[in-house]
Amino acid sequence: MQLIRSDININFVGRRKVAISLSLLVIIIGILSLLIKGGPNYGIDFSGGTLVQVKISQPTSSGDIKGALAGVDLGGVVVQQFGDDAQEFLIRLQGTSGELGGLSQVILGALEKKYGPDTVDVRRTEMVGPQVGKDLREKGLMAIVYAMIGILAYVTWRFEFKFAIGAILALVHDVLITLGVFSIFNKEIDLPIIAAFLAIIGYSLNDTIIVYDRIRENRGKESKEGFSGIINRSINETLSRTILTSGTTLLVILALFVFGGGVIHNFAFALLIGVIVGTYSSIFVASPLLIFWDERKGGKPAVVAEKRSS
Amino acid sequence: MSKSVKLRGLLILLCLGIALVSLVPSFSREGLPEWWRSAFDPIHLGLDLQGGIHLVLGVEVEEAVKSRLDSIVDQTENLLREKDIVYKRVDRESGDRIVVTVYDADAGHQVDALMEEQFRTLEPMTLAGEGGYIRKNYRLSDKEIANIKDYAVRQALETLRNRVDEFGVSEPVLQRQSDNRILIQLPGVKDPQRAIALLGKTARLEFKMVAEDANPGEAVKGNLQPGTELLYEKRVDRRAGTSTEIPLVVFDKTVLTGDLLSDAQVRIDTRFNEPYVAIDFNALGAKRFDQITAANVGKRMAIILDDTVYSAPVIRERISGGSAQISGGFTEQQATDLAIVLRAGSLPAPVKILENRTVGPSLGKDSIDRGIISVIIGGFLVVLAMLIYYRMSGLIANVALALNLIFILAILTLFKATLTLPGIAGIVLTVGMAVDANVLIFERIREELRLGKTAKIAVEVGYSKAFVTIIDANVTTLIAALVLFQFGTGPVKGFAVTLSIGILASMFTAIFVTRMIFDLILERRQTKGLSI
Repeated sequence: MQLIRSDININFVGRRKVAISLSLLVIIIGILSLLIKGGPNYGIDFSGGTLVQVKISQPTSSGDIKGALAGVDLGGVVVQQFGDDAQEFLIRLQGTSGELGGLSQVILGALEKKYGPDTVDVRRTEMVGPQVGKDLREKGLMAIVYAMIGILAYVTWRFEFKFAIGAILALVHDVLITLGVFSIFNKEIDLPIIAAFLAIIGYSLNDTIIVYDRIRENRGKESKEGFSGIINRSINETLSRTILTSGTTLLVILALFVFGGGVIHNFAFALLIGVIVGTYSSIFVASPLLIFWDERKGGKPAVVAEKRSS
Repeated sequence: MSKSVKLRGLLILLCLGIALVSLVPSFSREGLPEWWRSAFDPIHLGLDLQGGIHLVLGVEVEEAVKSRLDSIVDQTENLLREKDIVYKRVDRESGDRIVVTVYDADAGHQVDALMEEQFRTLEPMTLAGEGGYIRKNYRLSDKEIANIKDYAVRQALETLRNRVDEFGVSEPVLQRQSDNRILIQLPGVKDPQRAIALLGKTARLEFKMVAEDANPGEAVKGNLQPGTELLYEKRVDRRAGTSTEIPLVVFDKTVLTGDLLSDAQVRIDTRFNEPYVAIDFNALGAKRFDQITAANVGKRMAIILDDTVYSAPVIRERISGGSAQISGGFTEQQATDLAIVLRAGSLPAPVKILENRTVGPSLGKDSIDRGIISVIIGGFLVVLAMLIYYRMSGLIANVALALNLIFILAILTLFKATLTLPGIAGIVLTVGMAVDANVLIFERIREELRLGKTAKIAVEVGYSKAFVTIIDANVTTLIAALVLFQFGTGPVKGFAVTLSIGILASMFTAIFVTRMIFDLILERRQTKGLSI
């Protein structure tokens, strides 16, 4: 079976200005959303706070739970239904407590008063102090920066510096868009999301490298089509692979998204956005950027001596 | 079959054999011989999957410095009295300074000499006159302060380890993180609240004499005589389920501390059927206790744990046996926990909970079930897609995929790595990405076939051309995974682990294993066509 005909020849490179404009537009919308909402919506891992997941033996509503907690002084409380059945809820507090009893006991007490003893199961408690939250935030940012530096070095070694720049810009593009989408959908950024971002970086790069590899290979051959022609041909030649791999990866991420359960849900969402954007960027952003780079460098049709390291 | 194919086949079978042998104990431990079970642990599940507590405690090291200075103040006063040096007072000031106030220069020199001789870690500071007195200032050197802090954290770690051992948790993790942070992981704890209370308690046991002539009512208003302090006695009425706090004024000098304990046990008071904790002092403690009780017959002595008075019994007679009891309307569990912390020793400084992640066992079970469902469904979809798209060759890729999954799990077992929820997500993601290598190879083979090459040559060229690409693409993903491993904690690290293992295993299965199968098929059937 074949999805993409082998002699396919879409003029991707010719539409690079449209593509870049579209990307910029989406990025700007995302950044606007981030600005309006005053930065990313950090989960308790990064902002500090307390999260308690409870399961109540009878169906109830988040409003009722909020009502039950109204009597105790907890500061800002957000109650959210978790999963499909109205028995499991997430209770988020901005406050933290270094004390031993902790806030989860206070919550448990207040809920049992309303729903009766032994009807409330505290399934998960997470408390992150403000200092730890700040440390984790810094570490998360550094992880992404280090990953980018490592990749920059590797791609420069294996290809050329301009390829590395193209790859990194494509990655920044992917992460910015995913971040923007998270902000637009009001999704929280916590530790697993940083893991998802790094996975997106790895994945998107994987895609980009495969196109770059083909460009490197095709440049070695005799051809009259010029640099942009080579790039376009390389994208087309790898298109079948790009679509198929993205397809299989999306299949499993969809499985995670639908069946993985609450904790994995946001993680899978980030991957879903990231893989779609990453696939788009390796076709429309990473490679065409090489042409912009060459044009800025004086418009010479770059058929630079190939750097063979393989 | 050619020799090369045979050798490669054997190697793959060998790997598969080892993988299966190491995995069997993870799925059923019943009826396996002892050597088998002991050689390979089951897959180690992270706290988020099996339930448990992840705690980061911050040791308040400043408090340890303060209490060291307080004890130096005490010792200095005793020494000054012993040597008959006339002094006005000895104080701890602004956190890290000790001030000895004397009346004349002569006494000042004597104090200097004494301090120099007794406390080598103290540095003398500037002299400041104050209305006819001479104030001799001393402070701890920065190095000594750093030592005290470091020791406090090390000792806290030791004490916490003792408590965890007494509490009985299998495979606990206790680590010093940075400076004054201690990481504790307790898998599978059923009553997290109790465990946290047990770990976080400072458990500083002190005995102080009650200031009988002081008026607690006045003290509550803030009128305290010098040398005394206000504490509260907690009285629990277990039948009514209420507890009241009664103010009590005690002398702030500690006559005896829990450091001198040799044992603590729970006993039941037969009269009221109430549990209490019986403590035994060591030889030194027993001697001191003997002296104190002999000198204070008829007076009340307060038994204080973490600044709360548990009881303040009247000393009826001299007690020389070296044992005492702490009662305070405990439940049996409270008494047991108190005995545990007393036996394990007190923390050198209070601790604060900086991070607490507790997962109940029921949630962990749900997560595993859901994780397995996603792996199965995701895997099934990918297998189906590959079969439809590449037919025979797709089947070969699917065999490689199955092997890949087996190898990932086996490597997790062999390296005793921890499987977490994001780790399962990593496996699912690997399933999607593992077929990528085969897609790359197959697309190359198709290209070569279109150019009119024979199946054998197309396979040859396809593999060799795709190889470089696969390496480049996977190394970059590995870089991201390794960074994640460095940075990550707990569950996130698990993601990095399975992703890295998955990438490495997939290179073996998707390149080496599928190639062997292709060679085998092409060798047997001298066909020109290839189902791809």
